[in-house]
Amino acid sequence: MATLLEVRDLKKYFKTNGGMLHAVDGINFSLEEGKTLGVVGESGCGKSTLGRTILHLLDPTDGRIFFDGKDITNPGRSEMHRLREEMQIIFQDPYSSLDPRKSVSEAIMEPLKIQGRLSKDAMIAETRMLMDTVGLATRFENTYPHELDGGRRQRIGIARALSLTPKFIVCDEPVSALDVSIQAQIINLMLDLQEERGLAYMFVTHDLSIVKYISDDIMVMYLGQMVEKASADELFRDTRHPYTKALLSAIPVPDIHNKTKRILLHGEITSPINPEPGCRFMARCRYAAEECSQMQTLEECSPGHFVACCRYKEIE
Amino acid sequence: MKKTRKKSKLKDLWRRLKRNKLAVAGLVVLILLIIIAIAAPLLAPYSYSMQDSKASYAAASPDHLLGTDKLGRDLLSRLIIGARASLQMGTIAVAIAATIGIAIGATAGYFGGWTDNICMRFLDIYQSIPMLLLCITLAAILGPSLQNAIIALGVCSVPGYARLMRASVLTVRDKEFIESARAVNAGNARIILRHVVPNSMAPLIVEITMGVGSCILAGSLLSFVGLGVQPPTPEWGTMIAEGRNVMREHPTLALYPGVCVMLSVLACNLLGDGLRDALDPRLKN
Repeated sequence: MATLLEVRDLKKYFKTNGGMLHAVDGINFSLEEGKTLGVVGESGCGKSTLGRTILHLLDPTDGRIFFDGKDITNPGRSEMHRLREEMQIIFQDPYSSLDPRKSVSEAIMEPLKIQGRLSKDAMIAETRMLMDTVGLATRFENTYPHELDGGRRQRIGIARALSLTPKFIVCDEPVSALDVSIQAQIINLMLDLQEERGLAYMFVTHDLSIVKYISDDIMVMYLGQMVEKASADELFRDTRHPYTKALLSAIPVPDIHNKTKRILLHGEITSPINPEPGCRFMARCRYAAEECSQMQTLEECSPGHFVACCRYKEIE
Repeated sequence: MKKTRKKSKLKDLWRRLKRNKLAVAGLVVLILLIIIAIAAPLLAPYSYSMQDSKASYAAASPDHLLGTDKLGRDLLSRLIIGARASLQMGTIAVAIAATIGIAIGATAGYFGGWTDNICMRFLDIYQSIPMLLLCITLAAILGPSLQNAIIALGVCSVPGYARLMRASVLTVRDKEFIESARAVNAGNARIILRHVVPNSMAPLIVEITMGVGSCILAGSLLSFVGLGVQPPTPEWGTMIAEGRNVMREHPTLALYPGVCVMLSVLACNLLGDGLRDALDPRLKN
């Protein structure tokens, strides 16, 4: 499979009153066609910003982005328009990501209208087809988002994203605002679509049980940096980074006899504004040592498994 | 295909509006007023300028249904003809003000940053001049006529609408659906016109309907200083001003034009409220 998306040393800083906020700080990864990269991390670690920066909803501060072999770091207007037909986003909150004054068919048709390639009739036909694809009955065509439940609204969001037939979709916590029972439906829909259309997903979430289920590779982020990346199985089997360990230990297991040892993290997250050069997890890490205050580099501990911890060998 | 969809949207709007009895009442009154204004010369029993020195301050009688004024002119005829100038002043001036105000407010609010700063500082300067003074100056420069009075009134009431629109846009522009529109390549113009403005119009509609009344009254002030409608052409605001002088002896002289202004404001207001609710698909009315 060919590499679809490659991100090199991507940085996104925001100017704040206190200084530069390092939301995304030197992320590297590549994604193959039809694969899913899960991105996990706690709130505020920059996972959503990463997705938005790749889509150029935010401009990157530094680094490069390659899509389909082409450098798309600084696209011109027309190139950007073309790009957005190839890469799309599904938003976290289906309550706020849909215009309350646009009916279901209007919302789904909007991307096609802007694209302006189809005739009116063809657009209407296409909209019906898209509704069918995402499992929305045609009778909802003229309803408004507020009349539908969360799952159906998210289906509208998915239909919108699909309407331009992209190859790559950033899924920004697409199910975290939904009921658990509906989460499974939406996840399965997304997996089906991936299979049918060969979509590549970047699945941003903080729900670890979902990410294991759908991802090929998983990237763990902490304060804008990648701390560990491996294939989904490998990450769960052979966890290396102390932060990942703490994170995975927090997954609830549906078994009352199972007494898992949760690793409780103490202390606050280090401020992302003008951070120190060393390991950002240091302040909360129980294995912290002196060498941790130095710059951490990603090391390949086994093929395809990267970890950014200088002590990963010592802490089994 | 598109036409039928547009039509069905209007139909839908009408269906929703119809359920609001007060809004329908407002609409009916407004349409009646407009018909009266258009057909005024046919409806008025007398000429608006015909004086009858024997019938000064005549009480209501079969001859003069609402009585006469100081110069013996038929009050009913003057009210009917006056509807023309007053309604034009109210509606057109507000339309001008609201259009410019919404454009400035939406631009300033949506783009933010220095665009916002320039627009708002400009409005600050603009508003530091008393509105009526500005209005009078502008009308004086343009020359006394109804048309110029309307333009002056419209231009002078822009800041209020612009500020309200900006505030309203600020609450909408950071919503996720705006970002979602950007993600599907919607340009700024499209986002402002299709997403931002429709979602921030609610407070504006109320302000606009209230503005009709204040523009009719402000227009009378222009007429009062000789810059608006030229006498003997009647106009409600001026009639109220004239009637005020003899309020104790002949209260009806100020009362009837006052009722006319109130009726048009009320009608606009009820219709505006109804429209605002009918335009919001989230409300099930």
